[in-house]
Amino acid sequence: MIIRERTIKYGDNVDTDVIIPARYLNTSDDRELASHCFEGLDRDFKEKVKEKKIIIAGNNFGCGSSREHAPLSIKTSGVKAIIAASFSRIFFRNSINIGLPVISSREAADFIQDGDELEVDFSSGRIKDITRDKVFNINPLPEFIQGIIKSGGYINFVKEDLNK
Amino acid sequence: MDDKQKPQTIAQKILACHCGRDHVSEGEIINADVDIVLGNDITLPIAIEEFNKIGTGKVFDRDKIVVVPDHFAPNKDIKSAQQCKFMREFAREQDIKNYFEIGKMGIEHALLPELGLVLPGNLIVGADSHTCTYGALGAASTGVGSTDVAVAMATGKLWFMIPRTIKFMYSGDLRKWITGKDLILHTIGLIGVEGALYKSMEFSGSAVSKLSMDSRFTMSNMAIEAGGKFGIFEVDEITEEFLKFRSDGNYKIFRSDPDAEYEKIYNIDCSDIKLQVAAPHLPSNAKNAEDLKDINIDQVVIGSCTNGRMEDLKISAEILKGKKVDKNIRVIIIPATQNIYLEALKKGYIETFINSGCVVSTPTCGPCLGGYMGVLAEGERAVSTTNRNFVGRMGHPGSEVYLSGPAVAAASAIAGRIATPEEVI
Ligand code: SF4
Repeated sequence: MIIRERTIKYGDNVDTDVIIPARYLNTSDDRELASHCFEGLDRDFKEKVKEKKIIIAGNNFGCGSSREHAPLSIKTSGVKAIIAASFSRIFFRNSINIGLPVISSREAADFIQDGDELEVDFSSGRIKDITRDKVFNINPLPEFIQGIIKSGGYINFVKEDLNK
Repeated sequence: MDDKQKPQTIAQKILACHCGRDHVSEGEIINADVDIVLGNDITLPIAIEEFNKIGTGKVFDRDKIVVVPDHFAPNKDIKSAQQCKFMREFAREQDIKNYFEIGKMGIEHALLPELGLVLPGNLIVGADSHTCTYGALGAASTGVGSTDVAVAMATGKLWFMIPRTIKFMYSGDLRKWITGKDLILHTIGLIGVEGALYKSMEFSGSAVSKLSMDSRFTMSNMAIEAGGKFGIFEVDEITEEFLKFRSDGNYKIFRSDPDAEYEKIYNIDCSDIKLQVAAPHLPSNAKNAEDLKDINIDQVVIGSCTNGRMEDLKISAEILKGKKVDKNIRVIIIPATQNIYLEALKKGYIETFINSGCVVSTPTCGPCLGGYMGVLAEGERAVSTTNRNFVGRMGHPGSEVYLSGPAVAAASAIAGRIATPEEVI
Protein backbone atom coordinates (compact mmCIF):
# COMPACT_ATOMS: atom_id res chain seq x y z
CA MET A 1 0.00 0.00 0.00
CA ILE A 2 1.37 3.40 -1.01
CA ILE A 3 -0.13 6.73 0.00
CA ARG A 4 0.79 10.23 -1.09
CA GLU A 5 -0.46 12.96 1.23
CA ARG A 6 0.50 16.20 2.96
CA THR A 7 1.17 16.52 6.68
CA ILE A 8 -0.09 18.26 9.79
CA LYS A 9 2.58 18.47 12.49
CA TYR A 10 2.02 18.45 16.26
CA GLY A 11 4.39 18.31 19.24
CA ASP A 12 5.15 15.91 22.11
CA ASN A 13 2.71 14.16 24.44
CA VAL A 14 -0.46 14.75 22.44
CA ASP A 15 -2.87 13.10 24.87
CA THR A 16 -6.24 11.44 24.36
CA ASP A 17 -8.02 14.25 26.23
CA VAL A 18 -7.05 16.78 23.56
CA ILE A 19 -7.70 14.30 20.73
CA ILE A 20 -11.22 13.64 21.94
CA PRO A 21 -12.31 15.23 25.23
CA ALA A 22 -14.23 12.97 27.61
CA ARG A 23 -17.36 15.12 27.36
CA TYR A 24 -17.94 13.62 23.92
CA LEU A 25 -17.49 10.01 25.01
CA ASN A 26 -21.17 9.54 25.66
CA THR A 27 -21.46 8.28 22.11
CA SER A 28 -19.70 5.69 20.00
CA ASP A 29 -20.91 7.21 16.72
CA ASP A 30 -17.72 7.62 14.70
CA ARG A 31 -18.96 10.58 12.62
CA GLU A 32 -19.90 12.48 15.74
CA LEU A 33 -16.59 11.64 17.38
CA ALA A 34 -14.73 12.81 14.30
CA SER A 35 -16.53 16.16 14.42
CA HIS A 36 -14.72 16.89 17.72
CA CYS A 37 -11.34 15.42 16.79
CA PHE A 38 -8.36 17.43 18.16
CA GLU A 39 -10.76 20.01 19.51
CA GLY A 40 -8.63 20.50 22.63
CA LEU A 41 -5.45 21.07 20.63
CA ASP A 42 -6.20 22.54 17.25
CA ARG A 43 -9.50 24.24 16.43
CA ASP A 44 -8.55 24.30 12.73
CA PHE A 45 -7.95 20.57 12.42
CA LYS A 46 -11.26 19.96 10.68
CA GLU A 47 -10.31 22.41 7.92
CA LYS A 48 -6.69 21.25 7.68
CA VAL A 49 -7.54 17.55 7.38
CA LYS A 50 -9.41 18.19 4.13
CA GLU A 51 -6.02 18.82 2.50
CA LYS A 52 -3.52 17.16 4.83
CA LYS A 53 -4.01 13.55 5.79
CA ILE A 54 -0.83 12.41 7.52
CA ILE A 55 -0.18 13.44 11.13
CA ILE A 56 3.41 13.94 12.25
CA ALA A 57 4.06 14.14 15.99
CA GLY A 58 6.75 13.97 18.63
CA ASN A 59 7.11 11.70 21.62
CA ASN A 60 4.40 9.66 23.33
CA PHE A 61 1.57 10.38 20.88
CA GLY A 62 -1.84 9.29 22.20
CA CYS A 63 -0.84 9.09 25.86
CA GLY A 64 -3.53 8.95 28.49
CA SER A 65 -6.74 7.05 28.32
CA SER A 66 -7.47 3.76 26.58
CA ARG A 67 -10.37 5.30 24.69
CA GLU A 68 -10.48 3.78 21.22
CA HIS A 69 -12.59 6.83 20.39
CA ALA A 70 -9.26 8.65 19.92
CA PRO A 71 -7.80 6.68 16.97
CA LEU A 72 -11.35 6.13 15.70
CA SER A 73 -12.07 9.86 15.53
CA ILE A 74 -8.73 10.42 13.77
CA LYS A 75 -9.36 7.64 11.26
CA THR A 76 -12.91 8.77 10.57
CA SER A 77 -11.65 12.34 10.03
CA GLY A 78 -9.83 10.99 6.99
CA VAL A 79 -6.30 10.68 8.37
CA LYS A 80 -4.40 7.99 6.45
CA ALA A 81 -1.40 7.48 8.76
CA ILE A 82 0.35 8.83 11.84
CA ILE A 83 4.12 9.08 12.04
CA ALA A 84 5.46 9.88 15.51
CA ALA A 85 8.77 9.74 17.37
CA SER A 86 7.01 7.36 19.78
CA PHE A 87 3.47 6.30 20.65
CA SER A 88 1.74 5.49 23.91
CA ARG A 89 1.31 1.74 24.18
CA ILE A 90 -2.47 1.57 24.23
CA PHE A 91 -2.93 4.11 21.45
CA PHE A 92 -0.49 2.18 19.23
CA ARG A 93 -2.34 -1.05 19.92
CA ASN A 94 -5.75 0.48 19.33
CA SER A 95 -4.68 2.00 16.04
CA ILE A 96 -3.39 -1.31 14.72
CA ASN A 97 -6.50 -3.07 15.96
CA ILE A 98 -8.78 -0.71 14.01
CA GLY A 99 -6.50 -0.64 10.95
CA LEU A 100 -5.10 2.90 11.23
CA PRO A 101 -1.43 2.71 10.15
CA VAL A 102 0.97 4.06 12.79
CA ILE A 103 4.71 4.37 12.26
CA SER A 104 7.30 5.09 14.95
CA SER A 105 10.31 6.86 13.57
CA ARG A 106 12.11 9.48 15.60
CA GLU A 107 14.25 10.49 12.65
CA ALA A 108 11.33 11.01 10.29
CA ALA A 109 9.18 12.70 12.95
CA ASP A 110 11.93 15.20 13.72
CA PHE A 111 12.76 15.98 10.11
CA ILE A 112 9.38 16.21 8.40
CA GLN A 113 7.74 19.63 8.63
CA ASP A 114 4.15 20.78 8.67
CA GLY A 115 2.68 20.77 5.16
CA ASP A 116 5.36 18.56 3.58
CA GLU A 117 4.20 16.15 0.93
CA LEU A 118 5.03 12.53 1.73
CA GLU A 119 4.92 9.25 -0.06
CA VAL A 120 4.63 6.33 2.36
CA ASP A 121 5.07 2.76 1.21
CA PHE A 122 3.91 0.51 4.03
CA SER A 123 4.96 -2.78 2.45
CA SER A 124 8.56 -1.83 1.77
CA GLY A 125 8.74 0.38 4.87
CA ARG A 126 9.75 3.61 3.14
CA ILE A 127 8.80 7.23 3.85
CA LYS A 128 9.74 9.78 1.22
CA ASP A 129 9.55 13.48 2.01
CA ILE A 130 8.91 14.80 -1.49
CA THR A 131 9.01 18.46 -0.43
CA ARG A 132 12.47 18.13 1.08
CA ASP A 133 13.69 15.20 -1.01
CA LYS A 134 14.67 12.81 1.74
CA VAL A 135 13.97 9.12 2.28
CA PHE A 136 13.54 7.26 5.57
CA ASN A 137 13.52 3.51 5.90
CA ILE A 138 11.32 2.30 8.71
CA ASN A 139 11.54 -0.91 10.71
CA PRO A 140 8.99 -3.39 9.45
CA LEU A 141 6.29 -4.26 11.98
CA PRO A 142 6.40 -7.73 13.57
CA GLU A 143 4.83 -10.39 11.38
CA PHE A 144 1.89 -10.96 13.71
CA ILE A 145 1.00 -7.28 13.63
CA GLN A 146 1.39 -7.14 9.85
CA GLY A 147 -1.09 -9.99 9.74
CA ILE A 148 -3.62 -7.93 11.68
CA ILE A 149 -3.17 -4.95 9.37
CA LYS A 150 -3.40 -7.17 6.30
CA SER A 151 -6.72 -8.55 7.52
CA GLY A 152 -7.98 -4.99 7.94
CA GLY A 153 -7.96 -5.02 11.74
CA TYR A 154 -8.03 -7.37 14.71
CA ILE A 155 -11.72 -8.29 14.40
CA ASN A 156 -11.32 -9.57 10.83
CA PHE A 157 -8.08 -11.29 11.77
CA VAL A 158 -9.78 -13.19 14.59
CA LYS A 159 -12.79 -14.00 12.41
CA GLU A 160 -10.53 -15.51 9.78
CA ASP A 161 -8.74 -17.46 12.47
CA LEU A 162 -11.98 -18.81 13.96
CA ASN A 163 -13.19 -19.90 10.54
CA LYS A 164 -10.00 -21.81 9.77
CA MET B 1 22.50 -20.49 28.74
CA ASP B 2 19.46 -22.26 27.38
CA ASP B 3 16.46 -19.88 27.25
CA LYS B 4 14.56 -22.08 29.69
CA GLN B 5 16.99 -21.39 32.50
CA LYS B 6 17.28 -17.67 31.89
CA PRO B 7 16.18 -15.67 34.93
CA GLN B 8 12.88 -13.88 34.47
CA THR B 9 10.87 -10.99 35.92
CA ILE B 10 7.38 -11.31 37.39
CA ALA B 11 5.89 -9.90 34.20
CA GLN B 12 7.62 -12.51 32.05
CA LYS B 13 6.63 -15.34 34.38
CA ILE B 14 2.95 -14.42 34.48
CA LEU B 15 2.79 -13.99 30.70
CA ALA B 16 4.65 -17.26 30.12
CA CYS B 17 2.32 -19.13 32.44
CA HIS B 18 -0.71 -17.79 30.54
CA CYS B 19 0.48 -19.16 27.21
CA GLY B 20 1.47 -22.51 28.62
CA ARG B 21 5.21 -21.97 28.60
CA ASP B 22 8.08 -21.81 31.09
CA HIS B 23 9.86 -18.95 29.46
CA VAL B 24 9.14 -15.98 27.22
CA SER B 25 11.64 -13.49 25.83
CA GLU B 26 11.39 -9.73 25.80
CA GLY B 27 10.01 -8.33 22.56
CA GLU B 28 8.34 -11.61 21.64
CA ILE B 29 4.61 -11.59 20.77
CA ILE B 30 2.43 -14.24 22.37
CA ASN B 31 -1.24 -15.11 22.34
CA ALA B 32 -2.20 -15.58 26.00
CA ASP B 33 -5.26 -16.63 28.02
CA VAL B 34 -6.69 -13.84 30.13
CA ASP B 35 -8.25 -14.32 33.58
CA ILE B 36 -10.45 -11.24 33.76
CA VAL B 37 -11.79 -8.89 31.08
CA LEU B 38 -13.16 -5.54 32.24
CA GLY B 39 -15.26 -2.91 30.51
CA ASN B 40 -17.05 0.29 31.53
CA ASP B 41 -19.82 2.51 30.22
CA ILE B 42 -17.49 4.45 27.92
CA THR B 43 -15.44 1.66 26.40
CA LEU B 44 -17.73 -1.35 26.49
CA PRO B 45 -20.40 -0.05 24.09
CA ILE B 46 -17.79 0.03 21.29
CA ALA B 47 -16.46 -3.35 22.41
CA ILE B 48 -19.95 -4.87 22.25
CA GLU B 49 -20.43 -3.64 18.68
CA GLU B 50 -17.08 -5.18 17.71
CA PHE B 51 -17.86 -8.36 19.66
CA ASN B 52 -21.06 -8.76 17.64
CA LYS B 53 -19.05 -8.61 14.42
CA ILE B 54 -16.90 -11.58 15.48
CA GLY B 55 -19.97 -13.75 15.58
CA THR B 56 -19.27 -16.20 18.42
CA GLY B 57 -22.60 -15.14 19.91
CA LYS B 58 -21.61 -15.98 23.47
CA VAL B 59 -18.78 -14.63 25.58
CA PHE B 60 -15.99 -17.15 26.27
CA ASP B 61 -16.74 -17.36 30.00
CA ARG B 62 -19.49 -15.37 31.67
CA ASP B 63 -17.73 -15.47 35.04
CA LYS B 64 -14.57 -13.84 33.74
CA ILE B 65 -16.11 -10.68 32.40
CA VAL B 66 -16.64 -7.68 34.66
CA VAL B 67 -18.90 -4.82 33.65
CA VAL B 68 -19.03 -1.57 35.63
CA PRO B 69 -21.00 1.54 34.74
CA ASP B 70 -18.96 4.15 36.61
CA HIS B 71 -17.71 6.92 34.32
CA PHE B 72 -20.97 8.70 33.52
CA ALA B 73 -23.13 6.71 35.95
CA PRO B 74 -25.52 7.40 37.64
CA ASN B 75 -26.41 8.49 34.11
CA LYS B 76 -25.29 12.04 33.51
CA ASP B 77 -27.42 12.70 30.42
CA ILE B 78 -29.56 10.97 27.81
CA LYS B 79 -26.63 9.74 25.73
CA SER B 80 -24.93 8.24 28.79
CA ALA B 81 -28.20 6.62 29.74
CA GLN B 82 -28.35 5.03 26.29
CA GLN B 83 -24.80 3.71 26.62
CA CYS B 84 -25.46 2.29 30.08
CA LYS B 85 -28.67 0.69 28.84
CA PHE B 86 -26.88 -0.92 25.91
CA MET B 87 -24.27 -2.31 28.27
CA ARG B 88 -26.83 -3.47 30.85
CA GLU B 89 -28.79 -5.34 28.17
CA PHE B 90 -25.63 -7.02 26.93
CA ALA B 91 -24.76 -8.10 30.48
CA ARG B 92 -28.25 -9.57 30.94
CA GLU B 93 -28.27 -11.29 27.58
CA GLN B 94 -24.87 -12.85 28.24
CA ASP B 95 -25.81 -13.64 31.83
CA ILE B 96 -22.72 -11.89 33.14
CA LYS B 97 -22.45 -12.42 36.87
CA ASN B 98 -20.14 -9.54 37.61
CA TYR B 99 -22.28 -6.69 36.38
CA PHE B 100 -22.47 -3.98 39.02
CA GLU B 101 -25.48 -1.71 38.87
CA ILE B 102 -25.35 1.68 40.61
CA GLY B 103 -26.00 1.04 44.30
CA LYS B 104 -23.56 -1.86 44.17
CA MET B 105 -21.17 -0.16 41.83
CA GLY B 106 -17.93 1.58 42.68
CA ILE B 107 -15.14 3.01 40.56
CA GLU B 108 -13.97 -0.11 38.75
CA HIS B 109 -10.34 -0.10 39.91
CA ALA B 110 -11.34 0.23 43.55
CA LEU B 111 -14.21 -2.22 43.21
CA LEU B 112 -12.51 -5.23 41.62
CA PRO B 113 -9.79 -5.63 44.28
CA GLU B 114 -12.27 -4.94 47.07
CA LEU B 115 -14.45 -7.82 45.88
CA GLY B 116 -11.54 -10.20 45.38
CA LEU B 117 -12.19 -10.43 41.64
CA VAL B 118 -8.53 -9.86 40.77
CA LEU B 119 -5.80 -11.95 42.34
CA PRO B 120 -2.04 -12.42 42.39
CA GLY B 121 -0.64 -14.10 39.30
CA ASN B 122 -3.67 -13.17 37.19
CA LEU B 123 -3.42 -11.79 33.67
CA ILE B 124 -6.06 -9.06 33.52
CA VAL B 125 -7.09 -6.74 30.72
CA GLY B 126 -9.56 -3.90 30.86
CA ALA B 127 -10.73 -1.33 28.38
CA ASP B 128 -9.52 1.37 30.72
CA SER B 129 -5.98 2.63 30.95
CA HIS B 130 -5.90 2.44 34.76
CA THR B 131 -6.42 -1.31 34.73
CA CYS B 132 -2.74 -1.38 35.72
CA THR B 133 -4.00 -0.70 39.30
CA TYR B 134 -4.23 -4.44 40.07
CA GLY B 135 -0.49 -4.80 39.73
CA ALA B 136 -0.51 -3.89 43.43
CA LEU B 137 -1.72 -7.46 44.01
CA GLY B 138 1.14 -9.06 42.10
CA ALA B 139 -0.90 -9.42 38.93
CA ALA B 140 -0.03 -8.58 35.33
CA SER B 141 -2.81 -6.16 34.56
CA THR B 142 -3.06 -3.63 31.79
CA GLY B 143 -5.32 -1.32 29.87
CA VAL B 144 -6.31 -2.16 26.32
CA GLY B 145 -8.80 -0.78 23.81
CA SER B 146 -12.35 -1.71 23.00
CA THR B 147 -11.43 -3.95 20.06
CA ASP B 148 -9.07 -5.89 22.34
CA VAL B 149 -11.86 -6.34 24.85
CA ALA B 150 -14.18 -7.53 22.09
CA VAL B 151 -11.65 -10.18 21.05
CA ALA B 152 -10.90 -11.15 24.66
CA MET B 153 -14.62 -11.50 25.44
CA ALA B 154 -15.14 -13.70 22.39
CA THR B 155 -12.06 -15.90 22.63
CA GLY B 156 -10.54 -15.48 26.11
CA LYS B 157 -7.23 -14.73 24.42
CA LEU B 158 -5.27 -11.65 23.42
CA TRP B 159 -1.93 -10.80 21.86
CA PHE B 160 0.78 -9.40 24.11
CA MET B 161 4.29 -8.23 23.50
CA ILE B 162 6.66 -9.23 26.30
CA PRO B 163 7.83 -5.98 27.90
CA ARG B 164 11.18 -5.13 29.40
CA THR B 165 11.15 -4.26 33.09
CA ILE B 166 12.35 -1.24 35.05
CA LYS B 167 12.81 -1.73 38.76
CA PHE B 168 12.18 0.96 41.37
CA MET B 169 13.75 0.38 44.78
CA TYR B 170 12.33 2.61 47.51
CA SER B 171 14.24 2.88 50.77
CA GLY B 172 14.15 5.07 53.87
CA ASP B 173 11.33 6.16 56.17
CA LEU B 174 8.40 8.15 54.88
CA ARG B 175 7.85 11.60 56.36
CA LYS B 176 4.56 12.46 58.04
CA TRP B 177 1.56 12.66 55.67
CA ILE B 178 3.45 11.02 52.79
CA THR B 179 1.51 8.32 50.95
CA GLY B 180 1.89 6.28 47.77
CA LYS B 181 0.67 9.27 45.75
CA ASP B 182 3.72 11.32 46.72
CA LEU B 183 6.05 8.42 45.87
CA ILE B 184 4.52 7.88 42.47
CA LEU B 185 4.31 11.59 41.56
CA HIS B 186 7.94 11.92 42.57
CA THR B 187 8.80 8.86 40.46
CA ILE B 188 6.96 10.12 37.37
CA GLY B 189 8.63 13.50 37.87
CA LEU B 190 11.94 11.68 37.85
CA ILE B 191 11.45 9.54 34.76
CA GLY B 192 8.88 11.59 32.77
CA VAL B 193 5.55 10.68 31.19
CA GLU B 194 7.19 8.28 28.79
CA GLY B 195 9.92 7.11 31.14
CA ALA B 196 8.44 3.61 31.25
CA LEU B 197 6.87 3.51 27.79
CA TYR B 198 5.93 -0.11 26.86
CA LYS B 199 7.74 -1.26 30.04
CA SER B 200 6.71 -3.17 33.11
CA MET B 201 7.42 -1.18 36.28
CA GLU B 202 8.35 -3.21 39.33
CA PHE B 203 8.01 -1.51 42.71
CA SER B 204 10.05 -2.87 45.61
CA GLY B 205 12.40 -2.00 48.43
CA SER B 206 12.22 -1.64 52.19
CA ALA B 207 9.97 1.45 52.11
CA VAL B 208 7.45 -0.30 49.92
CA SER B 209 7.20 -3.29 52.20
CA LYS B 210 5.71 -1.00 54.86
CA LEU B 211 3.28 0.65 52.48
CA SER B 212 -0.48 0.05 52.92
CA MET B 213 -2.42 -1.74 50.18
CA ASP B 214 -4.31 1.51 49.51
CA SER B 215 -1.04 3.33 48.82
CA ARG B 216 0.18 0.47 46.64
CA PHE B 217 -2.99 0.63 44.54
CA THR B 218 -2.37 4.36 44.09
CA MET B 219 1.15 3.71 42.82
CA SER B 220 0.23 0.90 40.44
CA ASN B 221 -2.70 3.01 39.24
CA MET B 222 -0.36 5.69 37.95
CA ALA B 223 2.13 3.39 36.18
CA ILE B 224 0.34 4.33 32.95
CA GLU B 225 1.13 7.99 33.63
CA ALA B 226 4.77 7.09 32.99
CA GLY B 227 3.73 5.08 29.92
CA GLY B 228 4.02 1.76 31.78
CA LYS B 229 2.30 -1.44 30.71
CA PHE B 230 2.27 -2.95 34.19
CA GLY B 231 3.02 -1.55 37.66
CA ILE B 232 3.73 -4.61 39.79
CA PHE B 233 4.37 -5.17 43.50
CA GLU B 234 5.48 -8.52 44.86
CA VAL B 235 3.03 -10.29 47.13
CA ASP B 236 3.95 -10.00 50.84
CA GLU B 237 2.20 -10.27 54.22
CA ILE B 238 0.33 -7.02 53.63
CA THR B 239 -1.05 -8.37 50.34
CA GLU B 240 -1.97 -11.69 51.94
CA GLU B 241 -3.69 -9.90 54.81
CA PHE B 242 -5.72 -7.89 52.30
CA LEU B 243 -6.72 -11.07 50.46
CA LYS B 244 -7.55 -13.12 53.53
CA PHE B 245 -11.27 -12.36 53.49
CA ARG B 246 -11.47 -11.73 49.78
CA SER B 247 -10.31 -14.99 48.26
CA ASP B 248 -10.10 -18.68 49.01
CA GLY B 249 -6.32 -18.48 48.73
CA ASN B 250 -6.45 -20.13 45.37
CA TYR B 251 -3.88 -18.05 43.52
CA LYS B 252 -0.35 -18.35 42.29
CA ILE B 253 2.44 -16.11 43.53
CA PHE B 254 5.18 -15.19 41.10
CA ARG B 255 8.44 -13.49 42.05
CA SER B 256 11.18 -12.06 39.90
CA ASP B 257 14.35 -14.15 39.90
CA PRO B 258 17.05 -12.42 41.94
CA ASP B 259 19.31 -12.23 38.90
CA ALA B 260 16.55 -11.19 36.48
CA GLU B 261 17.60 -8.66 33.90
CA TYR B 262 16.26 -5.13 34.25
CA GLU B 263 16.48 -2.38 31.72
CA LYS B 264 17.23 -0.01 34.55
CA ILE B 265 17.13 0.08 38.34
CA TYR B 266 16.25 3.30 40.16
CA ASN B 267 17.15 3.69 43.83
CA ILE B 268 14.89 6.21 45.49
CA ASP B 269 15.42 7.41 49.06
CA CYS B 270 11.95 8.17 50.42
CA SER B 271 13.19 10.10 53.44
CA ASP B 272 13.88 12.97 51.02
CA ILE B 273 10.41 12.98 49.50
CA LYS B 274 8.12 15.82 50.59
CA LEU B 275 4.41 16.23 49.80
CA GLN B 276 4.12 16.34 46.02
CA VAL B 277 1.93 18.23 43.57
CA ALA B 278 1.97 17.76 39.80
CA ALA B 279 1.34 21.12 38.16
CA PRO B 280 -0.56 21.46 34.86
CA HIS B 281 -0.51 19.98 32.27
CA LEU B 282 1.49 16.79 32.79
CA PRO B 283 1.57 14.30 35.69
CA SER B 284 5.36 14.55 35.48
CA ASN B 285 5.42 18.22 36.55
CA ALA B 286 6.02 17.13 40.13
CA LYS B 287 6.95 19.84 42.62
CA ASN B 288 7.07 20.14 46.38
CA ALA B 289 3.69 21.34 47.61
CA GLU B 290 5.40 23.86 49.88
CA ASP B 291 6.76 25.65 46.82
CA LEU B 292 3.31 26.26 45.33
CA LYS B 293 1.69 28.11 48.22
CA ASP B 294 0.71 31.13 46.17
CA ILE B 295 -1.49 29.11 43.80
CA ASN B 296 -5.13 30.03 44.46
CA ILE B 297 -7.78 27.45 43.68
CA ASP B 298 -11.52 27.22 42.97
CA GLN B 299 -12.17 23.56 43.62
CA VAL B 300 -10.85 20.50 45.43
CA VAL B 301 -11.70 16.95 44.41
CA ILE B 302 -10.89 14.01 46.67
CA GLY B 303 -11.74 10.70 45.06
CA SER B 304 -11.13 8.56 41.94
CA CYS B 305 -9.51 5.19 41.35
CA THR B 306 -6.25 6.78 42.45
CA ASN B 307 -7.21 8.20 45.84
CA GLY B 308 -10.81 7.46 46.76
CA ARG B 309 -10.02 4.68 49.22
CA MET B 310 -10.24 4.44 53.02
CA GLU B 311 -6.71 5.70 53.66
CA ASP B 312 -7.44 8.80 51.60
CA LEU B 313 -10.72 9.56 53.34
CA LYS B 314 -9.12 8.96 56.74
CA ILE B 315 -6.32 11.44 56.09
CA SER B 316 -8.77 13.96 54.64
CA ALA B 317 -11.07 13.65 57.67
CA GLU B 318 -8.16 14.03 60.09
CA ILE B 319 -7.23 17.33 58.47
CA LEU B 320 -10.77 18.64 57.92
CA LYS B 321 -12.12 17.70 61.36
CA GLY B 322 -13.50 20.78 63.12
CA LYS B 323 -12.40 23.05 60.25
CA LYS B 324 -14.35 24.86 57.52
CA VAL B 325 -13.44 24.82 53.86
CA ASP B 326 -12.47 28.22 52.48
CA LYS B 327 -15.56 30.25 51.55
CA ASN B 328 -14.39 30.82 48.00
CA ILE B 329 -13.98 27.21 46.98
CA ARG B 330 -16.01 24.08 46.31
CA VAL B 331 -14.90 20.75 47.76
CA ILE B 332 -16.17 17.48 46.33
CA ILE B 333 -15.43 14.18 48.05
CA ILE B 334 -16.22 10.91 46.30
CA PRO B 335 -15.71 7.60 48.12
CA ALA B 336 -14.65 5.13 45.44
CA THR B 337 -17.05 2.32 46.34
CA GLN B 338 -20.26 1.80 48.30
CA ASN B 339 -18.33 -0.16 50.94
CA ILE B 340 -15.81 2.61 51.39
CA TYR B 341 -18.69 5.09 51.62
CA LEU B 342 -20.40 3.01 54.31
CA GLU B 343 -17.19 2.50 56.25
CA ALA B 344 -16.47 6.25 56.14
CA LEU B 345 -19.98 6.89 57.35
CA LYS B 346 -19.51 4.54 60.31
CA LYS B 347 -16.21 6.14 61.21
CA GLY B 348 -17.79 9.61 61.19
CA TYR B 349 -15.72 10.89 58.26
CA ILE B 350 -18.76 11.75 56.15
CA GLU B 351 -20.16 13.84 58.99
CA THR B 352 -16.82 15.62 59.28
CA PHE B 353 -16.82 16.35 55.55
CA ILE B 354 -20.37 17.71 55.53
CA ASN B 355 -19.79 19.81 58.65
CA SER B 356 -16.71 21.27 56.99
CA GLY B 357 -18.77 22.29 53.98
CA CYS B 358 -17.82 19.56 51.50
CA VAL B 359 -20.11 17.85 49.01
CA VAL B 360 -20.08 14.06 49.33
CA SER B 361 -21.13 12.10 46.26
CA THR B 362 -22.09 8.54 45.47
CA PRO B 363 -19.22 6.61 43.82
CA THR B 364 -18.56 7.74 40.26
CA CYS B 365 -15.64 8.84 38.07
CA GLY B 366 -17.56 12.10 37.49
CA PRO B 367 -15.20 15.08 37.63
CA CYS B 368 -11.97 13.04 37.26
CA LEU B 369 -12.43 12.97 33.50
CA GLY B 370 -14.43 16.18 33.25
CA GLY B 371 -17.62 14.17 32.96
CA TYR B 372 -19.98 15.71 35.50
CA MET B 373 -20.28 16.41 39.27
CA GLY B 374 -17.69 19.17 39.31
CA VAL B 375 -16.65 20.20 35.80
CA LEU B 376 -14.41 23.30 35.72
CA ALA B 377 -15.20 26.58 33.92
CA GLU B 378 -12.71 28.59 31.88
CA GLY B 379 -9.89 29.95 33.98
CA GLU B 380 -10.75 27.80 37.01
CA ARG B 381 -8.21 25.81 38.92
CA ALA B 382 -8.55 22.62 40.96
CA VAL B 383 -6.44 20.57 43.31
CA SER B 384 -7.41 16.98 42.74
CA THR B 385 -6.36 13.58 44.02
CA THR B 386 -6.97 12.12 40.56
CA ASN B 387 -4.29 10.99 38.12
CA ARG B 388 -4.33 13.24 35.05
CA ASN B 389 -3.94 16.97 34.58
CA PHE B 390 -3.92 17.18 30.80
CA VAL B 391 -5.40 20.25 29.07
CA GLY B 392 -9.18 20.18 29.58
CA ARG B 393 -9.13 16.98 31.64
CA MET B 394 -11.59 18.31 34.23
CA GLY B 395 -13.56 20.63 32.00
CA HIS B 396 -12.87 23.75 29.96
CA PRO B 397 -9.60 23.65 27.97
CA GLY B 398 -8.74 26.88 29.78
CA SER B 399 -8.99 25.28 33.25
CA GLU B 400 -6.16 23.78 35.27
CA VAL B 401 -5.69 20.70 37.46
CA TYR B 402 -3.01 20.28 40.13
CA LEU B 403 -2.61 16.64 41.18
CA SER B 404 -1.90 15.77 44.80
CA GLY B 405 -2.47 13.21 47.51
CA PRO B 406 -5.25 13.53 50.10
CA ALA B 407 -3.20 15.52 52.66
CA VAL B 408 -2.46 18.42 50.31
CA ALA B 409 -5.99 18.30 48.88
CA ALA B 410 -7.63 18.52 52.31
CA ALA B 411 -5.24 21.23 53.53
CA SER B 412 -5.81 23.21 50.33
CA ALA B 413 -9.57 22.94 50.85
CA ILE B 414 -9.20 24.81 54.13
CA ALA B 415 -6.62 27.31 52.90
CA GLY B 416 -8.27 28.11 49.55
CA ARG B 417 -4.88 27.77 47.92
CA ILE B 418 -2.30 25.01 47.66
CA ALA B 419 -1.28 24.20 51.24
CA THR B 420 0.32 21.55 53.41
CA PRO B 421 -1.35 20.11 56.53
CA GLU B 422 1.08 21.86 58.89
CA GLU B 423 -0.32 25.21 57.79
CA VAL B 424 -3.92 24.45 58.66
CA ILE B 425 -3.86 22.14 61.64
S1 SF4 C 1 -11.67 7.61 38.35
FE1 SF4 C 1 -10.79 8.73 36.65
S2 SF4 C 1 -8.96 7.65 36.08
FE2 SF4 C 1 -10.15 6.30 37.40
S3 SF4 C 1 -11.33 5.02 36.00
FE3 SF4 C 1 -12.57 6.79 36.52
S4 SF4 C 1 -12.15 8.31 34.93
FE4 SF4 C 1 -10.54 6.78 34.83
